[in-house]
Amino acid sequence: MSPRAAKSFPSPYSLKTPKGAEGWQDLYPYYLVFQDNQRKAEEAKFWFCDSQHWPNVFKPFEVIGVEFASRCLGAYNTRHYIVPPANGIDFRIHMGYNYFSPVGVAPELIPDRVPHFLERAGHYFQNWGDLLENWKKKVLKNIEEIDAINFEALPDMVPLEDIKNGVGMDPSVKMFEDYDRLINLVYRNWEHHFEFLNLGYVAYLDFFMFCKEAFPGIPDLAIAKMVMGVDSVLFRPDDELKDLADLAVKLGLTAQFAGHQSAEKTLAAVAAAPKGAEWIAAFEKAQDPWFNYTVGNGFYGTDVYWRDNLDLPVGYIADYVERAAKGEQLHRPKDALIAERDRIAGEYAEALSGEAAETFQGKLGLARAVYPYVEDHNFYIEHWTMGVFWRKVRQLGQLLADQGFWANAEDILYIDRNRVREVLFDYASAWAVGTEPIGPSYWPAEIARRAKIINALAQNRPAPAFNEPPAEISEPFTVMLWGITTEQVQQWLGADSGNKNELKGMAASGGVVEGKARVIFSPDQLGELVQGEILVAPVTAPSWGPVFGKISATVTDIGGMMSHAAIVCREYGLPAVTGTGSASTTIKTGMTLRVDGTNGTVEILKK
Amino acid sequence: MSLYSFPFDSTETPQHERLGGKCTSLAIMTSAGMPVPPGFAVTTDAFDAVMNDTKLHAQIEEHLKGLDYNNPAEIDRQAALIRELILTQEVPEAVRLEVVEAYQNLMNLCGGEVPVAVRSSATAEDLPDASFAGQQDTYLWIIGEHNVMQKVRECWASLYTARAISYREANNIPSEGLSIAVAIQKMVNSRSSGVAMTIDPTTGDKTKIVIDSSWGLGEMVVSGEVTPDNFVVDKVMLSVVNRIISDKHEELVPNGRGGITRREVDEERRNSPSLSEEEVVAVAKLAKAADKHYGCVQDVEWAIDADLPAGANVLLLQSRPETVWSQKETPVASLSGGAGIEAITRSLLSSLEKNKK
Repeated sequence: MSPRAAKSFPSPYSLKTPKGAEGWQDLYPYYLVFQDNQRKAEEAKFWFCDSQHWPNVFKPFEVIGVEFASRCLGAYNTRHYIVPPANGIDFRIHMGYNYFSPVGVAPELIPDRVPHFLERAGHYFQNWGDLLENWKKKVLKNIEEIDAINFEALPDMVPLEDIKNGVGMDPSVKMFEDYDRLINLVYRNWEHHFEFLNLGYVAYLDFFMFCKEAFPGIPDLAIAKMVMGVDSVLFRPDDELKDLADLAVKLGLTAQFAGHQSAEKTLAAVAAAPKGAEWIAAFEKAQDPWFNYTVGNGFYGTDVYWRDNLDLPVGYIADYVERAAKGEQLHRPKDALIAERDRIAGEYAEALSGEAAETFQGKLGLARAVYPYVEDHNFYIEHWTMGVFWRKVRQLGQLLADQGFWANAEDILYIDRNRVREVLFDYASAWAVGTEPIGPSYWPAEIARRAKIINALAQNRPAPAFNEPPAEISEPFTVMLWGITTEQVQQWLGADSGNKNELKGMAASGGVVEGKARVIFSPDQLGELVQGEILVAPVTAPSWGPVFGKISATVTDIGGMMSHAAIVCREYGLPAVTGTGSASTTIKTGMTLRVDGTNGTVEILKK
Repeated sequence: MSLYSFPFDSTETPQHERLGGKCTSLAIMTSAGMPVPPGFAVTTDAFDAVMNDTKLHAQIEEHLKGLDYNNPAEIDRQAALIRELILTQEVPEAVRLEVVEAYQNLMNLCGGEVPVAVRSSATAEDLPDASFAGQQDTYLWIIGEHNVMQKVRECWASLYTARAISYREANNIPSEGLSIAVAIQKMVNSRSSGVAMTIDPTTGDKTKIVIDSSWGLGEMVVSGEVTPDNFVVDKVMLSVVNRIISDKHEELVPNGRGGITRREVDEERRNSPSLSEEEVVAVAKLAKAADKHYGCVQDVEWAIDADLPAGANVLLLQSRPETVWSQKETPVASLSGGAGIEAITRSLLSSLEKNKK
């Protein structure tokens, strides 16, 4: 990095396409890439990379996640609740990575939005409990419907009963409808994803602002801890594994888990053991729904879900069994977390009197009431909905592979969702005409070409941001969710040329720990983690849950106070520094670090 | 449990009748998270053993028998004879060994032989008021086992000043059961020192601890002769939220014999923080403990002792209630008042305004 501070980030138009990735723009919808004739408008905006949610290069089908999520987030600010100062967050894909640019509201338009917001958001806040109960029903019904979808090869003949019943349609109609329904159902759940989320953040932000005013300089961490839930659904899958490990120890099945066999072998050994049946029954009961849980984040078609790969949960259980057998307490220290949360809130409350004290309690109460959603939704949408969704997409991919369109089920991910419908028509049309589809002679080479581009893009880490940043990062959601602060942007720009062995980030979860670093770029590497190491990663997913019992602290490149790494570390009582910008590239595995989660600093003690 | 000595950081409950007033309060403060300079009590049991396991008690009784309390000169004479007896009485071996061991433990903690203060610590029955002579016996900068033992004897002997003898006679306090404890306490060797207030005096925010700190003794901070480093710590989370490191040009340092040297601070330290991160938090903890112990906002004088190991080197010198701010109600701007949707909207808009500034 140059010693002199640059004033601005590069323009996306000035970046050179990595060798072998030429033509990447065509893999994504035209409205998601920076178009040449839009250059002036696009360069006038500040864009930052959201590698927190999308750390890897998108394959064309995977764009569905960022499109649905970003669109629906925007809709709730802009069209549902008319949030006075904020519209949505504009999004683009550049060289395979996602870039965001928050869209504010012109100051003169804000006052007119206020009464609408009061009425609309007010209704949700006043009826939060009932509406949320209904939300859960809607979301679960959609999941059930997705799960019921079944893609089958078209039969040689239309079934005779359809002829006799005078149906007058062949099974391709249902296949198209199922495909459209699959896309629409997942779209519906992304709508619901943001039905409460933005308001949850608004209530949190309200409490946050009050605290910043009443206690100038209060650490963000203190506010997060006061609101923190300890019984989030998001932690339930991991808790289930711990329960299963405790049960295995209780039933005398420790030996069956020793040696880390495959899930198949372990489960067979358990089933054959005395009292093994009792454990297997508990294991099967836990799977639905809690194994609809991914080590990824739900946005990638290759994310592995526990339900689809039992080696993962069984491996985690084996780790837990080993620790439980040594008498270790596996469960998170819930009582201690609650006691700490109440101590913090109590001590701040004590410093206030009169009306201020009442206001504090009111705002804290609302933030605590709405906050669980901010954590819980992640299980219902990113994990459960998306897990079921990707399974259906892979089923369709396999069906088309069987029909000769390509080699593997996951090759379908190289084709965007709208073109997949064309492929289906190719298949159904040739089937109807009684000829061979064109796809099998077209797609294998095209998929190979696309895979080469994706691989070339994946060799590059994304640029953190584009164009000139605003003097102040003012949009509160951006600060809180992504950890993008004025200081952070300056650090990216290399303006902060302080101690090279010290990284600064968000003080996301308190405590100080020294230990060895383990740099992890993908969930496949999680197995490398050794007890007591410090996890360093571009970003973490809450579903890495079982590793949080192993590590002593977490450091990430991206993420704010409300990022998943921050939330999960607070729940596990581990120090965390998030949003450092460059920890995963600056720090190497084996370095000795000092992580100060209370002050947001990471020091490299020994290289 | 030791019979004749009691370290101030002992986990046992301090008993007033064994430790006397001064030592009891030092032990209570230490256990409440307000570490005073480390040390130990020579208990009343030690005094009792000296009196009763030797002929001392009987000899003293002999001197007091038939004493004419209307004759000050005679009281003075007998008192001097008694004190001489105490000062020369050989201390029973068990008592001597235990006191020496406690003293050596203290020296080991300090990393070598350092000066101590020796003070008498009277029990309530013997203590008419704060000005009572026996309570005030204080010997500073005492070095070495032998000298310390001698000062302990002097504290014991202070029970038998002419004034104390007359006082007991006048107030019908029997000399039976009369006893006294002695406090042995490290003399503070301030590497850095200053004050801490358990409120932000600029805003009245009671969730902050504001620390002023400079090199050497704290007098220069209090008198304003040096611009101290300033740290603001969140009282609840105990994390540093703001720090200003100043140019600290001069310092006062103890010379180890009771004198004070004023000197220029060398170039390297002038603009370096006078407290490490851990020390800032330790000072804040100590101030918070005082705030909690006394139940009101405190103004605390503290020091970092150069002789003590990290983790045990932050010492409380004095704590008193802060009076200016602590009685006021916390002012909160009306913007964020209330907890309804209107207030939320105002918060949203005000956050935007603030961030734009």
